[in-house]
Amino acid sequence: MSFAGTIRKGYVRPLDLKHGRVDMGHGAGGRAMAQLISELFAAAFANEHLDRGDDAAVLPAPAAGERLVVATDAHVVSPLFFPGGDIGCLSVHGTINDLAVMGARPLYLAASFILEEGFPLADLARIVQSMAHASREAGVPVVTGDTKVVEQGKGDGVFITTTGVGALPAGRDIGGANARPGDAILVSGSLGDHGMAIMAQRESLAFDSEIVSDTVALHGLVAAMLAAVPTIRVLRDPTRGGLATTLNEIATQSGVGMELDEASIPVQPQVAAACELLGLDPLYVANEGKLIAICPQEDAERLLAAMRAHSLGERAARIGTVTADPNAFVQIRTAFGGRRMVDWLSGEQLPRIC
Amino acid sequence: MKYVDEFRDGALAAKLADAIAREADSGRDYAFMEFCGGHTHAISRYGVTDLLPANVRMIHGPGCPVCVLPIGRIDMAIRLALSRPDVTICTYGDCLRVPASDGLSLLKAKARGADIRMVYSAADALALAQKLPAREVVFFAIGFETTTPPTALVLRQAQALGLANFSVLCNHVLTPSAILTILESPEVRELGTVPLDGFIGPAHVSTIIGSRPYAFFAEEYRKPVVIAGFEPLDVMQAIRMLVRQVNEGRAEVENEFTRAVTEDGNLKAQALVSEVFELRRSFEWRGLREVPYSALKIRAPFAAWDAEAKFGLEFVSVPDHRACECGAILRGVKTPIDCKLFGTACTPENPMGSCMVSSEGACAAHYNYGRFRDVPVVAGTAS
Repeated sequence: MSFAGTIRKGYVRPLDLKHGRVDMGHGAGGRAMAQLISELFAAAFANEHLDRGDDAAVLPAPAAGERLVVATDAHVVSPLFFPGGDIGCLSVHGTINDLAVMGARPLYLAASFILEEGFPLADLARIVQSMAHASREAGVPVVTGDTKVVEQGKGDGVFITTTGVGALPAGRDIGGANARPGDAILVSGSLGDHGMAIMAQRESLAFDSEIVSDTVALHGLVAAMLAAVPTIRVLRDPTRGGLATTLNEIATQSGVGMELDEASIPVQPQVAAACELLGLDPLYVANEGKLIAICPQEDAERLLAAMRAHSLGERAARIGTVTADPNAFVQIRTAFGGRRMVDWLSGEQLPRIC
Repeated sequence: MKYVDEFRDGALAAKLADAIAREADSGRDYAFMEFCGGHTHAISRYGVTDLLPANVRMIHGPGCPVCVLPIGRIDMAIRLALSRPDVTICTYGDCLRVPASDGLSLLKAKARGADIRMVYSAADALALAQKLPAREVVFFAIGFETTTPPTALVLRQAQALGLANFSVLCNHVLTPSAILTILESPEVRELGTVPLDGFIGPAHVSTIIGSRPYAFFAEEYRKPVVIAGFEPLDVMQAIRMLVRQVNEGRAEVENEFTRAVTEDGNLKAQALVSEVFELRRSFEWRGLREVPYSALKIRAPFAAWDAEAKFGLEFVSVPDHRACECGAILRGVKTPIDCKLFGTACTPENPMGSCMVSSEGACAAHYNYGRFRDVPVVAGTAS
């Protein structure tokens, strides 16, 4: 019998989730860390793999012919809590979406926390609960994890890295290099919501707005889209750098150009107004719950209908066409009647948004 | 977006484009300079050039405060921040990336440990000084006549509060003297070398200084000036008014931006500025070199809040790359693609000259929005 076992259960004071703070002991590998893990993380994320309490999760192999897809994403968003979400659910959605846009079925998540000494346990608990909720909602369990604590001043509250594992059905090939001239470009909804929700929360700006982050897991939408149109060539979530940067990435990978129609790109009026105020272009503002899809021209209307039939794609729109252009320029017909390039983002002054 | 979309209406733009094409004399060329970076941005962002007939050409002027800020002035701020650990430099976001000497920028100096912060207004800088009494907060102030009154205001507030840990490193410059320099440049004066048929006058600057200061250019140099708002329809309407003036042989100051600009401007702001600032004998502009009486310095009664005096800062002029054509581009003598450095050594990520520094500069605007025009169209992509 271990020494710990001799302590009466009621004798160990539970974590003070109301007023307690993270201290160096929570990362030291001792009893304080074990308590943080069991009372907070293990309790929130409980599932058969995590519950074993081993150093790694042992997972069943995917179905025959399926391939494994792995993605990892570090989250350092500031502020940690924002309208529509927080760093917790964001860290779940971000990695699930990276798997989903490969056409993969997200299966498991691993989560790693870097906590700053002094961080309120109440905030940590809120973040972990939000993460657990997002993970359950998405049906993708957190099966293993890690926690480290850094001294005060050496972190920014909490950083979360999540790694996801998914299964990719045989024969499915979705990737940024697959766009072909003539293909249609679609987006699943309004752009710039997440980035502007974060900007509006910045202490130095503090303008009142009703903009809410769009952070959400997209694998359900992707599954519906692929069921309707299996010929989808490219899927990608336009996070940092927004639509403009993501389309430039795809154009470069595929060696094609693109021509967009500004009037057809959905942007919510309050996001457009906030961008106007701050001198930002919504095409460069981050999203956490939108995707770009590229498919053969002849399948575009069917894909658009499938997207609009899903709750996460109600405002989906067809925004442009892939062109033959060895320069890989993304161009736009402005609503004003002219043309211009939509270039890579060059050094915009944006806060950390994901 | 109400009150904004109305000024970006594509149908109205098409009508104005027709009117300009109808009124422009096909037997001659028109070259107009939009002085302000705000106009340059609107022209590039909305593709205004595509709506103009081939014989109407826009020259992008030097009216981008970040672009014309000489390297030596940023060096002053960087040296101060790196040598004095008690100093916090705060400035507007677009200043942070401007390349300075030794491969540094304010942003890179921050990575080396300097305390550099982005603020959205002069008032934010003053508030920061009040919040951090143990630190020397220096506001790196830049801009034309539009941003000068807020700087004047915080200097007066600092004096009233006796706020000893706040100061301003003043780089405010004046629009009319820059226009004068362009008009006095040999290419423009020697008729025919660089045709310059008129100016689109500044929008926001003119709300402060009014339309009167431009009368001199119209009269003395026979150049029409049309003050215009920063929306693309404003720009189109101003171009139409300039075409008309040229056709009718007039050289007058006209005001398209009557919803904001009066003849006198903002007299209260002007009084405030002259209370706090006086003219510098000369100031270096990136791309235009030394321009006499083109900038402001802080008056003696406010010397305690003048960072140059307080910290004994010295300005050392730093020349641009020898192949850089910014000076010629700003005067309309050359276009960005005439420069050997454009798009090769000089890009928005690594700007070598002033016009590439901010998105409002002529080269950056062309690089970001227009460089597809420089390459041959691939079959099947034109529309």
